[in-house]
Amino acid sequence: MSDERKYRWVGTRPIRHDGVDKVTGRANFGADFSLPGMLHGKVLRSPHAHARIVSIDVAPALALEGVKVAITGADMPDIASEMGTAGEGQVDYAEVSRNVMAREKALYDGHPVAAVAATTSEIAEEALSRIVVEYEVLPHVLTVDEAMAPGAPILHDHLRTAGLDPVPDEPTNVAQRIEIGRGDLAAGFAEADEIVEHEFTTQMVHQGYIEPHAVVARSGEDDQSVVWCCTQGPFTVRAMCAKLLGLDVSKIKVIPSEIGGGFGGKTTVYVEPLAVLLSRKAGRPVKIVMSRQEVFRGSGPASGTRIRVKLGAKADGRLTAAEAWLAYEAGAFKGSPVVAGAMCMFAPYAVENVKIEGYDVVVNKPKVNAYRAPGAPPAAFAAESALDELARKLGMDPVELRLVNAVKEGSQAIYGPKFRAIGMVETLQAAREHPHLKAKLGPNQGRGIATGFWFNAGMQSSASVSLNEDGTATVVSGCPDIGGSRTSLALMAAEELGIDVQKVRPVVADTETIGYNDATGGSRVTFATGMAVIESARDVVRQLRERAASIWGVELEQVEWNDGQALPINGADEGELEPLSIGTLARRAARTGGPISASTSLTARGAGPSFATHICDVEVDPETGVVQVVRYTAIQDAGKAVHPGYVEGQYQGGAAQGIGWALNEEYVYDEKGVLQNPGFLDYRMPVASDLPMIDTVIVEVPNPTHPYGVRGVGETPIIPPLAAVANAVRDATGVRFGDLPMSPPTVLARLDAR
Amino acid sequence: MGRIHVRTRINGEATEFLCDPRQTLLDALRDELQLTGTKEGCTTGDCGACSVTLDGLLVCSCLVLAAETEGHDVGTIEGMAQGETLHPLQQKFLEHAALQCGVCTPGFLVAAKALLDREPDPSEKQVRYALAGNLCRCTGYDKIIRAVLDAAAELRGDTR
Ligand code: FES
Ligand code: FES
Repeated sequence: MSDERKYRWVGTRPIRHDGVDKVTGRANFGADFSLPGMLHGKVLRSPHAHARIVSIDVAPALALEGVKVAITGADMPDIASEMGTAGEGQVDYAEVSRNVMAREKALYDGHPVAAVAATTSEIAEEALSRIVVEYEVLPHVLTVDEAMAPGAPILHDHLRTAGLDPVPDEPTNVAQRIEIGRGDLAAGFAEADEIVEHEFTTQMVHQGYIEPHAVVARSGEDDQSVVWCCTQGPFTVRAMCAKLLGLDVSKIKVIPSEIGGGFGGKTTVYVEPLAVLLSRKAGRPVKIVMSRQEVFRGSGPASGTRIRVKLGAKADGRLTAAEAWLAYEAGAFKGSPVVAGAMCMFAPYAVENVKIEGYDVVVNKPKVNAYRAPGAPPAAFAAESALDELARKLGMDPVELRLVNAVKEGSQAIYGPKFRAIGMVETLQAAREHPHLKAKLGPNQGRGIATGFWFNAGMQSSASVSLNEDGTATVVSGCPDIGGSRTSLALMAAEELGIDVQKVRPVVADTETIGYNDATGGSRVTFATGMAVIESARDVVRQLRERAASIWGVELEQVEWNDGQALPINGADEGELEPLSIGTLARRAARTGGPISASTSLTARGAGPSFATHICDVEVDPETGVVQVVRYTAIQDAGKAVHPGYVEGQYQGGAAQGIGWALNEEYVYDEKGVLQNPGFLDYRMPVASDLPMIDTVIVEVPNPTHPYGVRGVGETPIIPPLAAVANAVRDATGVRFGDLPMSPPTVLARLDAR
Repeated sequence: MGRIHVRTRINGEATEFLCDPRQTLLDALRDELQLTGTKEGCTTGDCGACSVTLDGLLVCSCLVLAAETEGHDVGTIEGMAQGETLHPLQQKFLEHAALQCGVCTPGFLVAAKALLDREPDPSEKQVRYALAGNLCRCTGYDKIIRAVLDAAAELRGDTR
């Protein structure tokens, strides 16, 4: 039903509703909010990777004029282990509590150990330097290799490896072992004509959103706290602040500001509960804005990994066996996205014999958090690099090799379900037909391709549509708009109501104005919240038809809604009835039954996966080792692109982040476990002069479970670039880079050794 | 330490404020003058979110002391539109969907305007290098570069 439909608004490119505020500087982001009488909070962070906290004395800080309160781990309630949602994943609130404020031990460089609030940020800063913390420094582990080695220093004495039977009763840094697979691996490899086997490592990287975390908290005598902050999940912040501070959820209201990027990194809490606690103790509002250095040291980056892949195939390219071993850094607390990595890495391919083994490993680095398709990019880097080598061994075109094995509707996904309509084959075909693949390469240039798969999430959403008295409409949702989703929601409402999209006002509401919404994450807002908007808008249209029916004295079935007006049909059209426009019906609402509005709360199921194929050309400078991406094409299935401009933007932005991951970005630690590059100068993200234009192709294979066929698109684009770049470098130089990033010194060293 | 009385012009308007001797122009704009359109991404001169002009020259306001602006002209994003009318750069950013989260946008607009003021007909490469001091993590720059080139053409009165 969705493919034949003609759309009036969906698929157009209107100017976003929040656009003018954002190009004039009026839009309020996290740090832009202030309250009278507000105090400024600052956080003291551990300078050690691993240390026992022997004592903390905040008295000298409190003695400073202007310092109002100070808190340490002792002020945080000890809460029991309990799982809750954060973004797309699950977290243990007890561990979130210990991450936002250390207790017995500091577990990474940057781990908060105390916080203060003072009348100015300068005084607060000065106060931090007066807090006396006595540490007993402990040996630390920074990588999965170190953490898994026999006799390694242990982060958590109570941690046991889950997923082993029986669970060994020994302290360990391996929080979990998982295994997924099917078929007979040995038989699969025995059948193979060619086998490739490779090992890969990737480093911890950061989401790199330009806006640091910021919060203002105000607490009153009525025990209520109001929290203004930049977050992907206002309801997540509410739940976490409540849990961590032992309060009822109803005691906390979260008002999301505009959000300056998140990419998964703003789906949990860091300074928010601290600001609430400080404001409750001080009886005054407290603002905390993280510095860039704090963002790098103390928020949640993405896992560094070690991955081994072995693939077997027949001479015609058909995969006979796929095996992988993955170990992911979780940071200081369990919960890396290794499971998602394992589930995604071979998901684009129909291979019968599979075994994937994964390890979730704690290390003395910040607790990782979601980063765009969490877990998938390193795993796909490994799988797609190995496939590239396999294509070379087989003498096959890399697109052809992937087409031979591509999953399609009805294929059983390695992680369980059967795929419904999907666009894997279509993105590969689009790649094959794209002029980019046929363009000539220059000297020192090479070309690589890679694919990517992401599940996409549905989860819980609430949205309402209200008709205003002049026939315009307001759409309210609770999912912060991180890349234009507000306008996508307005487009869907406009489509159903049959009014101009600029007559629809989309609003992101606070946690008391709309029903529960899971966070903006999992590429789910346009899909899931969109469904809630469509349902609400359809309800409004039904009410409009009812009003018209009662005005005309006909049955509901005799009223059709078309292009913003009620038309008489089924016999009603034989009389003299004039169409009733939405404006007329809105103006007469008071006399025909009252205001017209509807709200919908749902758990969206059937988020269709989105597949992508990327093509990358690089030029490698043999003198300096610099790899320049000279041409790039991102092809992806959007199901139905609601606002194509913002769909392209997701493809381009994800590609750029993936290119940064491939070429330059990494957390660099010294031997003491102290982060050496917590700033944008040394943590090198792509700038405008590093990149070419990023060409996009939007493939549309409708998602059968969405009324318009929409699939989430936000996350998949970061998955293929790591291997697409590495495969291009391999093509240009003959050298296979298994270790990211391919920064100039690394590349130069390998080229010289050639 | 006492506060310093600074007399300056901001977006063409005579403005006075008090600041701490160590306070940056960025902090003075945001905290003393409530001009929060200028954003903070790093305070170390590496992201360009705080871009403003000082006597027409592009600077990172996080690297300028507020007191240094005594007697000078400061231009911020708040001064870019003329009343109700957006500057062509602002308009083109909207039309090209050149912003996703929008936190980098004020900095890019100020930097792009500084470029077009001195080079009305830049090549793509010139735009990329002129804006290399501004980080955008959302867009991959593609639509930003197109918007700037398109605005430049419009400002020149080009119809090609
Ligand atoms: S805040 Fe000034 S350059 Fe980043
Ligand atoms: S639009 Fe988000 S950083 Fe540029």
